[in-house]
Amino acid sequence: MAKEKIPRQKMPEQRPEDRRRNFQEVPFGYTPELAQLEASRCIMCKKPKCIEGCPVEINIPAFVALIKSGDFIGAAKKIKEANALPAICGRVCPQEEQCEVKCVIGIKNDPVAIGRLERFAADFERLNSQIEPPPLPSFTGKKAAIVGCGPAGLTVAGELAKLGHKVTIFEALHQPGGVLIYGIPEFRLPKAIVEAEVDYVKKLGVEIVYNAVIGRFQTVDELLSEGYDSVFLGTGAGLPYFMNIPGENLNGVYSANEYLTRSNLMKAYRFPEYDTPIAVSKKVAVLGGGNVAMDSARTALRLGADEVSIVYRRSRTEMPARVEEVHHAEEEGIQFQLLTNPVEILGDDQGWVKSMRCIRMELGEPDASGRRRPVPLKGSEFEMEVDTVVVSIGNGANPLVPQTTPGLNTNKWGNIIADEKTAATSKPGVFAGGDIVIGAATVILAMGAGKIAARAMHRFMMGIPEPSESEAQGMASSKS
Amino acid sequence: MNEIIYKKVLAESVKELRVVAPRIAKARKAGQFVIVRANETGERIPLTIADADPKAGTLTLIFQEVGKSTLLLGSLEVGDSIQDVVGPLGKPTHVEEFGTVVCMGGGIGVAPMHPIAKAMKAAGNKVIAIIGARNKDLLIMEDRMKAASTELHVSTDDGTYGVHGFVTTILQSIIDSGEKINLVVAIGPVPMMNASCKLTAKFDLPTVVSLNPIMVDGTGMCGACRVTVGGKTRFVCVDGPEFDGHQVDFVELVKRQRAYLKQEDQSRQEFLQHPDKRCFETAT
Repeated sequence: MAKEKIPRQKMPEQRPEDRRRNFQEVPFGYTPELAQLEASRCIMCKKPKCIEGCPVEINIPAFVALIKSGDFIGAAKKIKEANALPAICGRVCPQEEQCEVKCVIGIKNDPVAIGRLERFAADFERLNSQIEPPPLPSFTGKKAAIVGCGPAGLTVAGELAKLGHKVTIFEALHQPGGVLIYGIPEFRLPKAIVEAEVDYVKKLGVEIVYNAVIGRFQTVDELLSEGYDSVFLGTGAGLPYFMNIPGENLNGVYSANEYLTRSNLMKAYRFPEYDTPIAVSKKVAVLGGGNVAMDSARTALRLGADEVSIVYRRSRTEMPARVEEVHHAEEEGIQFQLLTNPVEILGDDQGWVKSMRCIRMELGEPDASGRRRPVPLKGSEFEMEVDTVVVSIGNGANPLVPQTTPGLNTNKWGNIIADEKTAATSKPGVFAGGDIVIGAATVILAMGAGKIAARAMHRFMMGIPEPSESEAQGMASSKS
Repeated sequence: MNEIIYKKVLAESVKELRVVAPRIAKARKAGQFVIVRANETGERIPLTIADADPKAGTLTLIFQEVGKSTLLLGSLEVGDSIQDVVGPLGKPTHVEEFGTVVCMGGGIGVAPMHPIAKAMKAAGNKVIAIIGARNKDLLIMEDRMKAASTELHVSTDDGTYGVHGFVTTILQSIIDSGEKINLVVAIGPVPMMNASCKLTAKFDLPTVVSLNPIMVDGTGMCGACRVTVGGKTRFVCVDGPEFDGHQVDFVELVKRQRAYLKQEDQSRQEFLQHPDKRCFETAT
């Protein structure tokens, strides 16, 4: 088995000491030689497990084989049959818990680096060819409105356009991409890549209307009465959670959403060339242990902070962030205050943060999430000097659409209730997916939901009955 | 892009722009606001809607030039366009027939008060409008407020016009006259709203204020606009902009409004020193 002797190929990347002060992308990506070498590690299973792990069912062995043979553009086109945003997914998907965790090679060795190969193929196509959309069927006469131009909305839009429907996306912000633009930093997902992938969706005939806050600007009922045959709600994560501890409204305390939006969407890191300001910090504490917390901490470093700490109440094992992100953060010099919980933020008389009082925690019995519950250690309180605090502990649902859409049911947290198999909501003709349904999750899960919604919206608009359970399974397997 | 079709200087550094925004002009209600970004490198700032003409598809925006963003907007002329106008945002004013409503507008706060007074009057209320400014030259929208109210009172801090004193001076005398007041709406600089609320609290008069914190997205996503109301944190963009004035922590609001003073000053100085670089050419 000579093939298994080739180790999993690393991606060349910027050195930590260089990259911690710039906003350029951290990894450089595979060269064609490295990509072909990595692709040669795939043993082309007859019954590939990796596809099962992919929420959008990309034909992974087929595109890997094309890379191995040197047909890189063919590989990108193969991925795009199932995924309109491969350069994005290749960068931000948690492959280690999706496709790669299923890889047979991974049982004894490191799995094939499917994510890196996906990224390589997409980048190669973008840089070396005129990206042309596939031939489109003739217009069905049906129109769909998509609310929110993030990963879920873009996926639904692309899929419906490929089926011949006329699609309009309504975006609340002034740029497309949703969390891909306002949330994920440039050094992890360059905005030029998001723009290129949005351009591809536009080439499929999708129209995007900016500055359109559905629920205020226009209601869902108005969309339905103004000629749209169905509506998809992909409004994304909503109102940021705070800790509900004293001092959270001091100046210098941000939600991660605000901190990242200022830096990413509004380009505050280029102030004063761009007008939006952001705190100039010396010591920053980021509260939380997810990917967004890592993004915030690494952004703070790049904005010039001397010292950045992640403050997380559980231990490293429970951290929801990807291992790769934690590793990158650590390499760059981010400090980790684990098993630590803030109890109060203290300010000066001008209303600015000056320190944070914390308490040490220990892990007790598992809680509802299956993770061991952190319990405060009596008498362990201490104060840490900080001038900026970024709260990154998740988001609740945005109420704008549910409040203005009679007949749209939500759960007790305000998330829209949608059928898992069809994305249908309680309101006929209205579908929903992504973070507004499942709470804050990942780009690829939102895209998976988008694919499900697109199939159901197509059936709804064309008057095709819902498939029975067995037919649905037949459809799923014929996809691979 | 939203074209400017009318521009007028209302007072020193106070500008009125009428911009094309048909859908917002149709959907907006009294009390709502828009977020505006002047150009590609601009920041997103909230501006109140002073009026709208759904037939013409236009919005009237009135603002005071304070920092770079408002100076930049004020430098735009008829025929120029504002890059982004988003809205209408925030909850509309709760309008019903209360009886007698006192509408107090201080300084630039007269602009957001205008549509509220109009709506209150249209709902059958007796609208007593009180508007004020530091001096006569800074007073805006007197004629329009006269038309929007049942009776109009004016104050100036220096006595150059109307009653010598503050809007609260007039409110005090109306209360003293024995007029039964069912609701007070106060909009203006924080000290003016704070003083109004202190006065109305003494007489148990329900008082609504409209808050103007720093915002970024304006749709509830970022939380920059959080204020403490009744001991709880609220987001002005989705929970407001109007709140029970007796519950608002004005001290915190003022501090939060000053969060970027240094950077704002830097931007303003650079803009004033290089007026030729006012906009557009840095667009990418």
